[in-house]
Amino acid sequence: MTDPASHSSPGAPLLSLRGVNKSFGAVQVLRDVDLDVYLGQVTALVGDNGAGKSTLIKGVAGIHAFDGGEFLFEGHPVKVTGPKQANDLGIEVVYQDLALCDNLDVVHNMFLGREMKRGITLDETTMEQRARETLSGLSVRTLKSVRQTVASLSGGQRQTVAIARAVLWNSKLVILDEPTAALGVAQTEQVLALVRRLADKGLAVILISHNMNDVFQVADNIAALYLGQMAAQVKAADVSHGQVVELITAGRSGDLGIQKAVVTA
Amino acid sequence: MNAVIDERADQIDPGHEGSIREAISDYRDKIRGGDLGSLPAILGLIAIVIIFGVMQGKTFLSAANFANLLTQSSMVMVLAMGLVFVLLLGEIDLSAGFAAGTCAAVLGVTLTMKGWPWYLAMVAALVTGALIGLLIGVLVARLGIPSFVVTLAMFLALQGLMLLIIGEGGTIRVSADTGGPILGIENNNMTIIGGWILFLVVVGGYALTTGLRLRKRLSQGLTTQAPSVWLLKVIGLAVIYGLFTWFLSQERSQRPDVTSIMGVPYIVPLIIVLLVFLTLVLGRTAFGRHIYAVGGNTEAARRAGISVQGIKIACFVICSTMAGVAGILFASRDNSVSPSTGGSTTLLYAVAAAVIGGTSLFGGRGRVLDAVLGGLVVAVIGNGLPLITQQAGIQFIVTGLVLLVAASVDALSRRRSASSGRA
Repeated sequence: MTDPASHSSPGAPLLSLRGVNKSFGAVQVLRDVDLDVYLGQVTALVGDNGAGKSTLIKGVAGIHAFDGGEFLFEGHPVKVTGPKQANDLGIEVVYQDLALCDNLDVVHNMFLGREMKRGITLDETTMEQRARETLSGLSVRTLKSVRQTVASLSGGQRQTVAIARAVLWNSKLVILDEPTAALGVAQTEQVLALVRRLADKGLAVILISHNMNDVFQVADNIAALYLGQMAAQVKAADVSHGQVVELITAGRSGDLGIQKAVVTA
Repeated sequence: MNAVIDERADQIDPGHEGSIREAISDYRDKIRGGDLGSLPAILGLIAIVIIFGVMQGKTFLSAANFANLLTQSSMVMVLAMGLVFVLLLGEIDLSAGFAAGTCAAVLGVTLTMKGWPWYLAMVAALVTGALIGLLIGVLVARLGIPSFVVTLAMFLALQGLMLLIIGEGGTIRVSADTGGPILGIENNNMTIIGGWILFLVVVGGYALTTGLRLRKRLSQGLTTQAPSVWLLKVIGLAVIYGLFTWFLSQERSQRPDVTSIMGVPYIVPLIIVLLVFLTLVLGRTAFGRHIYAVGGNTEAARRAGISVQGIKIACFVICSTMAGVAGILFASRDNSVSPSTGGSTTLLYAVAAAVIGGTSLFGGRGRVLDAVLGGLVVAVIGNGLPLITQQAGIQFIVTGLVLLVAASVDALSRRRSASSGRA
């Protein structure tokens, strides 16, 4: 297996998983998984359906804790047992179904559950200003008004709002679950550009995607899961399209990936 | 804002003040997009007032009848205000009518048989309402039983509870010496001066609070309505509420030489206080925002860390507590509590009022003001129809049709908003 630490990388990883395991009953979904995520980089997490991508992400987000293994954040071992703790560390997840309320406007959605208050009433002005600042900080130019309801937004605009919500909280790690799955060509480009900007602003980004074009367009790092094992984590520049596809479908590609150690031994 | 979103819009709308023309075109887009708000209720209200005015002008348009209509409608309005909270979640409370009756029964028994002072009896009635709401809320939120079934069961159970509290076949009279000021809520009027002071408080309060918010947003450079639009709204409110107060300040006694009846009924300030308070709760607090979020997308609310169960329970408690307020009003208006208090068409009228006013049965859309506007429509029909026809059958059919029309408008506007991309 390729040692992720051997890549030339900007400093120590923000998030390091070492030998992480997770089982649901008798089914072992994750097996000794290692993962490194760096600030300022987009790490693409790829793998076939059932490879364990979602389980890995949910473990990081605190939806369900890992059974064993090390969870290092900023170099310190941490125990994440709930979404709240993950948020407190600066980990935000943008789910595939976005989880936005159609009947509320952009500002309300961005601050949902974490409203700013003055006394007991909502501080609408400050919230609106911060929402605006965040959106323009991400160079989002496609929203007409932050006071329009989410129902009136296009798929790409919704994705933008969901991502902006994730970075509103001085987050350090943003996890995006298939952000371009339901989008057209132009909107996919917009969202991918936004994903790149997040990393360029210094955040760590994990991008789950099935689309190799998307992955090669924005990712610095590619981590391929194969049947619950980390086949390889490689620099995007070092591998070809075909090699990544082989890692996803067979778990190995040449001397990359899971070697058939069991057979040869 | 345009209903069609311009993908190439250069940047997020910079802070600017809109003009009256812009406000009108925004509103037109909103209506076209399927968000009708209270428009059907207001148009409907104008239409039926004209119809009844033409057919039975002398009686229907008299000041006495107008005051009567306000007190008649108050119970339905208060019940509907509570129901708005439950409807916003996409739930229903079929037991609210008999919850009002049960609270009225508690009020009657504690006042007359136990000899409690009026204020303690009122507290007892409200606490009864809150407890009923708590029970419904826990059953719906914790056990996950559909609210339709839970409240249908409560609809029956509370009828029985009422009978037990009152005693079979009995009626509890709430008289002036036991009831204290409770009787006055529905039966007395403010002085003429008091009515005009209330006018100043309402119009001044509205102008001041909305004006200050406008100034703050302008100074922060945020998008806001034009000051001219604000001025028009304030003037509009002043004219309408001024006419309202003036009309109620007329002498409406049949025999002015014997007794004089004039002034704004006390029920009006009570409704206004409830309306303003609950509107602030829904619109200006995190709690209110979370109610809309749960009604709009429960899963999103849960992931945002909102306690969905807590919000649901709270809304049912609010609904039944408002039913308690309505129960006190019933006791006040009828001077008595009987096993039929809060029964019959009360609940359906209250649901109809909220829906006619523009609150969606599907959750996520609605305001407390809807309950007041819709309550007026229901009350005008209930008040005007008997002047035209004495047949109870026709009255039931007409009210049923109005509810159907309101629900159809709700369903159609929802479909339209789905296709035009508005909630």
